Amino acid sequence: MPVTPQAQSQSRVAVIPRTKSVRTFNVVPYLFVLPHLLFFTAFLGWPFFFGIYTSLFNYDFSDPVHRPFVGLQNYFNLFNGTSIQFGDFWRAVLNTATFIVWSVPPLVIGGLVLAVLLNSKLPGRNIFRAIYFAPWSLSAVVASLLGWWIFQDGGILNQTLNSSNSWLGQMPWPWFAIAATTVWWTVGFNTVIFLAALQDIPDTLYEAASMDGATFVQKFVSITVPMLRPVIFFIVTIQIIASANLFVQPLIITGGGPALQTESLIMRITTESFGAFRMGSGAAMCVVFAAILLILTALNFRFFGRTEQD
Amino acid sequence: MASIVRPTVRAQSNIGNSRLVGRIILYVVLTLIAIFFLLPLLWMLVTALKPSAEWLQSNWIPQNPTLDNFNRLFSNDNAPVFSWFINSIGVSVAATLLILALDSLAGYAYARLEFRGRNALFTLMIATLALPGIVFLVPNYLTINNLGWLNSYQGVIAPGLAGVFGVFFLRQFFQSLPKELEEAGRIDGASTWTNFWQIALPLSVPALATLGIITFLASWNDYLWPWLILQDNSKYTLPVGLRSLQGSFTFDYGIIMAGAVIASVPVIILYLLLQRYIIQSVAMTGLKG
Repeated sequence: MPVTPQAQSQSRVAVIPRTKSVRTFNVVPYLFVLPHLLFFTAFLGWPFFFGIYTSLFNYDFSDPVHRPFVGLQNYFNLFNGTSIQFGDFWRAVLNTATFIVWSVPPLVIGGLVLAVLLNSKLPGRNIFRAIYFAPWSLSAVVASLLGWWIFQDGGILNQTLNSSNSWLGQMPWPWFAIAATTVWWTVGFNTVIFLAALQDIPDTLYEAASMDGATFVQKFVSITVPMLRPVIFFIVTIQIIASANLFVQPLIITGGGPALQTESLIMRITTESFGAFRMGSGAAMCVVFAAILLILTALNFRFFGRTEQD
Repeated sequence: MASIVRPTVRAQSNIGNSRLVGRIILYVVLTLIAIFFLLPLLWMLVTALKPSAEWLQSNWIPQNPTLDNFNRLFSNDNAPVFSWFINSIGVSVAATLLILALDSLAGYAYARLEFRGRNALFTLMIATLALPGIVFLVPNYLTINNLGWLNSYQGVIAPGLAGVFGVFFLRQFFQSLPKELEEAGRIDGASTWTNFWQIALPLSVPALATLGIITFLASWNDYLWPWLILQDNSKYTLPVGLRSLQGSFTFDYGIIMAGAVIASVPVIILYLLLQRYIIQSVAMTGLKG
C-alpha cells in the first residue's frame, strides 16, 4: 500500500520535466480560437472601452471636426434637472420600469400556469404546447403589428367588446396593449422551460403526496413550487432583463405615445444617439442603463438566489 | 371477499368519473387558451384577404375575399417585398453558418485544447454575458461606420459573430463527449484538426442543429441593428421593411397585414415542420443558459 503513492509521485516527477521540454509553443489552439476572438475583440471587447470613451466627448456623428472632450458632463446632464436630457431620460427609465411591472408577473405566472396545465399525461398535449409556443417564432415586428392592429380604435377588440375605448391613446391602456402583445408573443417560451423542469420532478413525490391525501393545490404549493425554485429564479431574472430591453413593441404599437408616455429607455437612447446625433450623451445613457440593470440583477440574486442555496 | 371487493370497485368508478370530468374541463380550458393564441394570427390573414370596405368590420369571414392587398403590395416599387425576403434569407443563412463555424472551432479549443491564457480568455468572454447588448450599440455603429460598412450586409452580420453564447454552449457539449475517442485518435497519429473534424464534430450534430435553429430565428427576426445599418429601401430585411410599410401606409391595414402574412408564412411553415425540434432546442438552451 505505501509503495503505490511513492511510485506515483516518482513517476510524476519523472514525467513533468519531459512534458515541459516537449511542450514548446503550440500555435494550433490559437488558430482554433482566433477567428471568433477577432470578432469578439472588435465587437464586444473594444466597444466596451470605446463606448465609455465616447461618453466622455460631445460626440456629434454628423460633425467629425468638432468633437470636444467634455469629461463627465454627459453623465452630469442625466442627473441635472436643468439639462435637455434629464426629463426625457428619467421618463424613459420610469416607463421601462412600468413595463417591467406590467409584463414580468403575467409572463412568469402565466408561463407557469400553462406549464402545469400541460404537465398531465393527456393525449394531444404536444399539440397544445406547439400552439402556445407558436407566436414566439414570429418576429417582434410582426407580433407588434398584430397588437397595433387589434388595439386600434376601430380594431377588432373594440368591435367585439362594442366599446370605444382608446386603447392606444388613453393611459394606462397603452401599457395594457403593449404588455398583452408581449405576453401573447413570448409567454410560450417560459412555458416550454417550466414544462421541461416540471417533467424532471420525480413522479414518486406526487404519488407519495396523493397517498397522504394531498389535494392538487397542496401538491402544487408543497412540491411543485419548491422543486421549481431555481427555474423560477432563472426565468424571473432573464424576464426582467428582456423586459428592460423593451424596444420594438412600443415603437410599433404606440410610437412611444401618447406624449412619450410609453417611450422605452432603448427608444430614448436610439433617438438621442441616431436621431439627435448626440452619441456621447447616448453612450453615457447606455452606461447608466447597464449599471441599473446590473444592480437589478444583483438585487434579484440577493433576494431570490440565496433561498435557492439554503 | 365479495363484500370487500364491491366498495372498492364503486370507489374506483367514482374516481374514474371525476377524472373524466376533470379531463373534459382541462381540455375545454386548454382549447380556449389555444384559441386565444391562434385568433390574432387568423385575424392577420382575414384582414389581408379583405377589401378595404371590410377592414374595420368585425366579420371573421371576408364577404368579398380578395388578393388585392397582396397585388398592391407586390406592384408597389417603394415596397420591394420580394427583395426583402431574399435579403432576410441571405443574412440569416450567412449569419447562422458563420456562427456555427466560428463557435464550434472556438468551443472545441476551450473545451479540449490546452494553451496559455485559455481560462483568462474564457472568463473574460463569460463576463460580457452580464452586460446588456445596448452598451455596444453606439460604439459598434461607429466602428461599422469607420470600416465603411454602413448600408452593407457585412455591417449587419459582423457584430453578431462576436457573440459568446454559442461558444459557451458548444464548449459545454464538447466537454460532455467521452475523451477516449480523441485520445485513441491521437495515439493513431491524428492531428488536432482531424480529431475535431472527424470525431468531435460528427458527434455534435444535435448541438449544432440546436444552435443553428436558435441563431437562424434570432437573425431572421432581428430589427434594431439591421434598421440602424441598412439605409436603402431595397437592402432592407423583412422586419425593417415591414416597419417601413407601417410608416408609409399608415391606415392601409390590408396591405400591412398582407406584408405581415408574407413575413410569417415561411417561419410558420418552418415551425410546423420542426416544431418538436425547435421546442426541444429552447428547453435545452434555456435550461443550460
